[in-house]
Amino acid sequence: MEQATAAFVQEAHEILSELEDLVLGLEDDPGPAAIDAIFRSLHTLKGSGAMFGYSSLARFAHHFENAYEKVRAGELTVGRDLVNLSLEARDLLGGFLALEGDVEASEALLHSEQTQRIVARIQAVTGEGGAAGERTAARPDAAGRPDAAGAMPARGGGPRRYRIRFRPLRDALRNGMRPDLLMRELEDLGTVALAVDAGALPPLDALDPADAHLTWLAELETEAGREAVEDVFIFADDAELEIEEIAADTAAPFDQALPDAGAAAPAPRPAGEAGATAPRPAEGGRGTGAARPGESLRIAASRLDEMMDSLGELVIAQARLGAVAERISDPILETVVEEIGALVLGLRDATLSIRMLPVETVFGKFRRVVRDLSAELGKEVRLVIEGGETEIDKNVIDRIGDPLVHMIRNSLDHGIEAADDRTAAGKPAAGTLRLSARQEGGEILVTIEDDGRGLDAAAIRAKAVERGLLPEEAEPDERTLHHLIFEPGFSTARELSAVSGRGVGMDAVRSAIDQLGGAVEVASRAGKGTRVTLRLPVTLAIVDGLRVRLGGQVYVIPLSAVEECVEMDRAETGRRSGRTVLRIRDELVPYVELDGVLGLAASGEVSRRVVIVRASGARVGLVVDDILGQSQTVIKSLSPYHRAIPGLGGATILGDGRVALIIDVATLIRQAESVRALLEREAA
Amino acid sequence: MSTILTVDDSEAVRDLVRFTLEAEGYSVVEAENGQEALDRLRADRPALVITDLNMPVMNGIDFIRSARGEAAGSGIPIVMLTTETAPEMKAQGKEAGATGWINKPFDADKLIAVTRKLLG
Repeated sequence: MEQATAAFVQEAHEILSELEDLVLGLEDDPGPAAIDAIFRSLHTLKGSGAMFGYSSLARFAHHFENAYEKVRAGELTVGRDLVNLSLEARDLLGGFLALEGDVEASEALLHSEQTQRIVARIQAVTGEGGAAGERTAARPDAAGRPDAAGAMPARGGGPRRYRIRFRPLRDALRNGMRPDLLMRELEDLGTVALAVDAGALPPLDALDPADAHLTWLAELETEAGREAVEDVFIFADDAELEIEEIAADTAAPFDQALPDAGAAAPAPRPAGEAGATAPRPAEGGRGTGAARPGESLRIAASRLDEMMDSLGELVIAQARLGAVAERISDPILETVVEEIGALVLGLRDATLSIRMLPVETVFGKFRRVVRDLSAELGKEVRLVIEGGETEIDKNVIDRIGDPLVHMIRNSLDHGIEAADDRTAAGKPAAGTLRLSARQEGGEILVTIEDDGRGLDAAAIRAKAVERGLLPEEAEPDERTLHHLIFEPGFSTARELSAVSGRGVGMDAVRSAIDQLGGAVEVASRAGKGTRVTLRLPVTLAIVDGLRVRLGGQVYVIPLSAVEECVEMDRAETGRRSGRTVLRIRDELVPYVELDGVLGLAASGEVSRRVVIVRASGARVGLVVDDILGQSQTVIKSLSPYHRAIPGLGGATILGDGRVALIIDVATLIRQAESVRALLEREAA
Repeated sequence: MSTILTVDDSEAVRDLVRFTLEAEGYSVVEAENGQEALDRLRADRPALVITDLNMPVMNGIDFIRSARGEAAGSGIPIVMLTTETAPEMKAQGKEAGATGWINKPFDADKLIAVTRKLLG
């Protein structure tokens, strides 16, 4: 039972989340399919709620359902008011669910002023009176009583006698009714004398054995009341049924009941009619245990994490095996190692794909955010979602929600202008916010794009100078200026609004994305709009890494960040505005010595290499002693003590059993930049 | 022991039916909608079907009507899960060939009572 209840709670959560999308969708398309789906959702909540200990929720859902029943019947049209009301009601359902079946608290919530207000509004919409609505689903009903019949006591005064005449519909046998079983049920109530009237039986050549032709006659002597007798025939509400109470001393049971006593022989019981005409299927059907429906399976996320951990260990063990095989250099062993390598790769892909969720699961939530927020700001905003089916690792999905909300708030608050300003600028009055996702190689690109006023480069510049983020005389290009919005504490809004000014800025967005091993880029055109692009790794658990050597230590650089590798001594190096740069195919790329940035002793090696990485929209070279190769890297998180060290994104175990640190490219570069800035200021 | 088919798009309801009836010694097979239920009907030949009405893909009414047209679905009791607030659904269900009904919400006792009533 607990399992069933847990399944209900999970379903209810899913239904509520769907419900929100459906209701929001009504504004664009109030078609019958959507209305039906909403009605079905509410119907399920109502019907199931009470069975799993959520009867208050069920009763509230009933009111809510009434409204959509009217819509479905065409008696009510969908308008903004109904949508608003529905959203509030939907949230309230969530409130009931959150009480986790606490009956008292749920009752209190049901009778709370808040709930009653919503109920009253629903009733105002549906034109229903207060009392009518309380005809709730929680009441027991007639069909539930069939077995209670035997327990029903007579109203006193000894046994009663009933004469019963029962003629089922012609289709009754095909429809699964068993008159013989009903007669046996009568026997449970008392003593029965039974007869059949076969008068309606057609001639044999016209007889369909699957049709019901017999009329059943019974005389029952029982202690039970009339209701108990009626209950036996509860499902036969469409048949001919007469139940007549007769005097206790009436003799000759069927003399009057049978129109032609000669045609009817007292039937041997139980009568064979149903048995002869309705073939019973063989019992104990085949394969019953294996017949779970559907092809999907719901499992706890923690089990996936365990599976991922084991897979990680397997990848590490495989790397060790590879190292051993290389040492032994036996062709047979090498074949096996290769085979295992391919299998592990397949297993990795399969396991990772299980963890993948469509990005729609997070995008979907924003429909509500955008709607509520634009209403709050008095702006008209159209939300367009593209590529919602793109799949990302569950852990990434879980962690991009907050950054996305922040950026959406920014777009709505600062980006998209008020309708008047937009019209004056020759734009459509309603702004458009476009959320999209697509996969590009090992990365998922998520973009948030608005057609608002764009970033104000001059204001950013002024602010950056004021904040000391930019030397006054500096003339950075527009792109560099735009990226300054990701600096800590940066905000160009003249005043902090309640919507987006909550003390966190785009720097929080960047650090959240950095932690995921992703990157943020922004592109903007004044008056046209702004586009923020998040580059996210498809998965967090295992990445392809480039192993590099610094002194005697091995480090791993995520391959997704690597653009190319060049020989240091062949590149032309120099200094430009305080940076060390190297020229690669006519392009100047700033570089840093990785050992220096990590605080290691400078390497004395002469022949060094440069790994060109891309981070936060810029190309940077990382100078290392040597490049060792490429391998699958299982990311192990660092202990809380080490996590605070900027520039390190985790650790991994190498094939030879050694631990290697994984470079967090984006933070490392920023760290290097701020150290450089500090040194320059000190020098000046 | 008889096989019973439970048809509901809600896993919670299917679980409830399954646990209740399995504890009574029946075997229970499940389907998520009418379409799947027709497949199960042919494959598992249940002695009793308990079906929801409001379901995606194929609703309960259509399922009952189709089931009655098949050898595996003719003559067996089919019980619909209904709500008291939609009496017209009950009439439609009977029309389509339902044997009886159980009103939601229902509990284990009610379910067992109806099962015994129809299977004997």
